[in-house]
Amino acid sequence: MSRIGVAFDKARADGRALLVGCMPAGFPTVEGSIAAMTAMVSAGVDVIEVEIPYSDPVMDGPVIQRASDIALAGGVRTRDTLRIVEAVAGTGVPVVTMTYWNPIERYGVDAFARDLAAAGGTGLITPDLIPEEAGEWLAASDAYGLDRTFLVAPSSTDERLTMTVGHCRGFVYATAIMGVTGARSQTSQAAPLLVSRVRQVTDLPVGVGLGVGTGAQAATVAGYADAVIVGSALIRCLVDAPDEAAGLAALRTLSAELAEGVRQPDR
Amino acid sequence: MNERQRASDELPDAAGHFGPFGGRFVPEALVAALDELEAAHRAAMADEAFRAELADLLRDYAGTPSLLYEARRFSAQVGARVLLKREDLNHTGAHKVRNVLGQALLTRRMGKKRVIAETGAGQHGVAAATAAALFDLDCVVYMGQVDTERQALNVARMRMLGARVVPVTTGSRTLKDAMNEAMRDWVANVDETHYLIGTAAGPHPFPALVRDFVRGIGDEARAQCLDLTGALPDAVTACVGGGSNALGIFHAFVDDPQVRLYGFEAGGDGVATGRHAASITGGSTGVLHGTRTYVLQDADGQTQESHSISAGLDYPGVGPEHAWLHDSGRASYQPVTDDEAMAAFELLCRTEGIIPAIESAHALAGTLTVAGKLAAELGRQPTIVVNLSGRGDKDVHTAGEYFGILDRE
Repeated sequence: MSRIGVAFDKARADGRALLVGCMPAGFPTVEGSIAAMTAMVSAGVDVIEVEIPYSDPVMDGPVIQRASDIALAGGVRTRDTLRIVEAVAGTGVPVVTMTYWNPIERYGVDAFARDLAAAGGTGLITPDLIPEEAGEWLAASDAYGLDRTFLVAPSSTDERLTMTVGHCRGFVYATAIMGVTGARSQTSQAAPLLVSRVRQVTDLPVGVGLGVGTGAQAATVAGYADAVIVGSALIRCLVDAPDEAAGLAALRTLSAELAEGVRQPDR
Repeated sequence: MNERQRASDELPDAAGHFGPFGGRFVPEALVAALDELEAAHRAAMADEAFRAELADLLRDYAGTPSLLYEARRFSAQVGARVLLKREDLNHTGAHKVRNVLGQALLTRRMGKKRVIAETGAGQHGVAAATAAALFDLDCVVYMGQVDTERQALNVARMRMLGARVVPVTTGSRTLKDAMNEAMRDWVANVDETHYLIGTAAGPHPFPALVRDFVRGIGDEARAQCLDLTGALPDAVTACVGGGSNALGIFHAFVDDPQVRLYGFEAGGDGVATGRHAASITGGSTGVLHGTRTYVLQDADGQTQESHSISAGLDYPGVGPEHAWLHDSGRASYQPVTDDEAMAAFELLCRTEGIIPAIESAHALAGTLTVAGKLAAELGRQPTIVVNLSGRGDKDVHTAGEYFGILDRE
């Protein structure tokens, strides 16, 4: 079982959901992103999702795109991402990578899988790669023992949902809303239904992302999901901060609030 | 329309692949909509009533078949018998109207009331806004902020037609970023919205669907050329950005091996300078906007900014069927620089009294380049059909600045 599988089992035994915190690699700098992710871990984030910044993130809203643009303008490369994964995995938390597909194809699918596994990454979330196009990745993730997380959406048919979940390993990512990333004032009505549909076809843990930005929202989602995935709200702490110290302080505060939320699920 | 079945109709395959290209690289949230669109497209193309309604619209509203005009004075300069496929005479001034009328009919068939579109030079945006007005659909057009400035006249046209134009301020602020923003809108509003994509790119079924709606250009040109000259042309040429006009005219000739197919990409300042939009000539295989194709990218797979004097060609990717036509050797793709395009632009203005779109000027410039080689190879004057895909009204400001002929206050 992968490191993330162990974490899910332990959280289930404790009757709570995991908190997954997302941050683009290299934002605001390579070292700055390691500091941010380490701060999130120390404030109670259970799993770190390292997003490889990409020039054309069609699933991401303005906050993540802005952070990714800053990282890319700073010259971050895919190999820097692997260094960040290694540094954060060194703290003992499971690290999962999220990426649009083209950077992986360019790096070489097998080479990336090899290097990600060597860096201590547990697997990959692929927002624009569906199982039908994922032949190379299915083979590489098998070869290097990496988890693979495909997305399911409220619009997924039962047939597609079953097929997609059948190709997942580690956990399933349920997109709570039809839309792009970015914290919203209300979480989705569609998400609980989607999670229950996933549960009918798999025992894999289900993470819910898109739209969570407060402790109360985290508690709501933790009431029906195995993991609460938060990106934009955490990233905004750094984007909006006057300086790095203030950004890290805000990041710690929000991380702690969200961590508290997943420990008090609304059930 | 489309009565003649061809071997080339066998692509894409059921999963939307043209050889190694094409496919669907999209968020799962869009797959249901793509499936719905694919089914609607297939059913519509098999439906006599749909085809008849589209044919009527194309004839009575869009003004097709467009003329095939023998450009004698231009021909004398080129050293070839040049026949211009006058898509610039269509309603809204470009080949784009064929695609939007087809997709607007499909939108109605799917019961959706809102369309979104992306546009570079604005011709697709104007066409989409036109079709939306005709079909009483809400219309939002995403346009890079850079393009809203260099195509201000077309922005005004879209607004007159009732569309909302949204300037996109992310990334390079051009067509690529407008497409990202349209995709985001679509993910969020897919239930009631059709993404009326403007070129033969994007995820399956768009490349096949757009090709089906623009292939009339080539069907008409083939028949017109046979009528006029008694033979097929020696070559067919077109400009290639995303590649819808080129695919539209190429498709009828793909199974005629004696007809050479030339696509001319935007070479900008020259491919060697890195400031260009020639995805096939100067790019490499990658995934962009939902499809595997040739992409301008760096060593890490990040999309590189493209450059062209023509906003309509300023895109760092190309439709996947062109990638396949290139790799299979059926079509030849070459870059044309901004300066070469503008020289051809001026030549057509002065010899024929036709102001072409700067996009189309790339096809004219490329024709000038290949005509001599073709003549030498054939041992006679070649006949070349050029797709004059659009008219130049929208580019008058750009061209006026280029030639330094604008009066200043």
